[in-house]
Amino acid sequence: MTGLFELLGLGASAELLSLSGWGGNLLRGLANSLQIAFGAYGLGLVIGLFGAYGKLYGGKVTRDLLAIYTTVIRAVPELVLILILYYVGSDIINKISEGLGGGRVEINGVAAGIWVLGVVQGAYATEVLRGAIKAVPVGQIEAAKSYGMPAFMIMRRVTIPAMMSFAVPGLANLWLIATKDTALLAVVGFNELTLETRQAASSTRAYFTFFLAAGFLYLMVTLCSGAVFARVEKWARRGQPSLKGGTS
Amino acid sequence: MDTAAAAASVLEPATHREAIRVEDLHKSFGNLEVLKGVNLTAHQGDVVAIIGGSGSGKSTMLRCINFLETPSSGKIVIGGEDVAMRKDGSPSNQKQIERIRTKLAMVFQQFNLWTHRTLLENVIEVPVHVLKVPKAEAIERARELLERVGLGGKEDTFPAYLSGGQQQRAAIARALAVDPSAMLFDEPTSALDPELVGEVLTVIRDLAAEGRTMLLVTHEMKFAREVANNVVYLYQGRIEEQGPPAEVFGNPQSERLKQFLSSVA
Ligand SMILES: Nc1ncnc2c1ncn2[C@@H]1O[C@H](COP(=O)(O)OP(=O)(O)O)[C@@H](O)[C@H]1O
Ligand SMILES: [Mg+2]
Repeated sequence: MTGLFELLGLGASAELLSLSGWGGNLLRGLANSLQIAFGAYGLGLVIGLFGAYGKLYGGKVTRDLLAIYTTVIRAVPELVLILILYYVGSDIINKISEGLGGGRVEINGVAAGIWVLGVVQGAYATEVLRGAIKAVPVGQIEAAKSYGMPAFMIMRRVTIPAMMSFAVPGLANLWLIATKDTALLAVVGFNELTLETRQAASSTRAYFTFFLAAGFLYLMVTLCSGAVFARVEKWARRGQPSLKGGTS
Repeated sequence: MDTAAAAASVLEPATHREAIRVEDLHKSFGNLEVLKGVNLTAHQGDVVAIIGGSGSGKSTMLRCINFLETPSSGKIVIGGEDVAMRKDGSPSNQKQIERIRTKLAMVFQQFNLWTHRTLLENVIEVPVHVLKVPKAEAIERARELLERVGLGGKEDTFPAYLSGGQQQRAAIARALAVDPSAMLFDEPTSALDPELVGEVLTVIRDLAAEGRTMLLVTHEMKFAREVANNVVYLYQGRIEEQGPPAEVFGNPQSERLKQFLSSVA
């Protein structure tokens, strides 16, 4: 038993994972990952809402541009997109800065991560929300119109609440993808959880310990998210008899 | 009697004031001309029953009146206010349309209650958010209205848990909550099981009796005869015949109306 314990390096693990040491680094990496995931998800939702409305009600040019956006983003592997968006983005910012007579700008890792992943999330969110909006029975929107609600109020008071139950499962998936896609930012040297883990592992050679710990942290994020989204879904489905029958 | 009211009634008796006037209304969907020049006037307190075969343009006419459909041409006057339209019939002033719509409460065949809101929330939605009535006041009024349509105690229920008849009565409460100057009913009982039709007709009959102005598209001929003071028979986008119910039902002139009446009897 002790042999196995030793073999797996678990004896040393507690020490290695201490908060003042590598463990603290991992948690900071997690915090960075979550910060980016939140930001990117929020940005993605905003883009998605505009994108969905644009696709459904926009003019021809708007619809074509959005079609290109969602098609390209969803066709190209995320890793490639991240590299493209990150380097193109920082290039553009630097060009602008130099054009304005300034020097090269230090790109803020968190802001860049949110921007890059947010643009990716936005494409998927556009499709999730477009489908959800289309699933809202037209009668509900007509009723709102026929009682003199202005367009924006209809969106806020009728369309968005009514589409939520159709959108939440897709949006929950997108959130989980957002948390995991933060790992891809390691390629541009951003100190999120995966990169921190790799650094800790290679410095100490305790690969098993650190990757297991990182896996555990990702799993905890997923489990907590699942609990939160279950509640959100229940709220979004208010007023709809459950599929299992019975009341509420 | 209050003298001001008396004076006003001498000038213009309330029941003769015009509520809705439609002039030469045309509506096409693509190449299909659905309304081919409809003229219709409803005065305050009028109950106008609109009858006609399926596809004759009844819903389209009703929907043009509050601009859920854009008329192709014609003129619509609501409460003496001429609705500004462009050449293509579309309203040129969205604010005006929204204001007018709050005076024309629509009751739909499929109820169209907002399913994510309770009955009470459905009824206070427009008063609170569109008409800016204080919430407490709106709630109090909504409770009265739900009580009135026989749904007291169902305030916190969601529409999906109610029968069609109950949903339609809630939809009528929602319509009454905006204190409309006219109500537009589009086949309010057509989606209901036969045994639920009566409860909805009872509510509508009550509204007619208290002098509500309404346009009522219906297939319930007996009911139309009983509550309406004017019956309009629409055939392929034109008004083929109209008049008091006793005339239209008792002594139809046109062959088509005779045929229609015998087919639905
Ligand atoms: N949005 C629409 N697009 C195309 N055709 C329509 C539309 N709405 C109604 N119509 C057509 O217009 C005609 C009249 O419809 P409607 O007014 O609903 O008739 P009714 O209510 O008398 O049964 C029908 O032939 C119908 O198919
Ligand atoms: Mg119809």
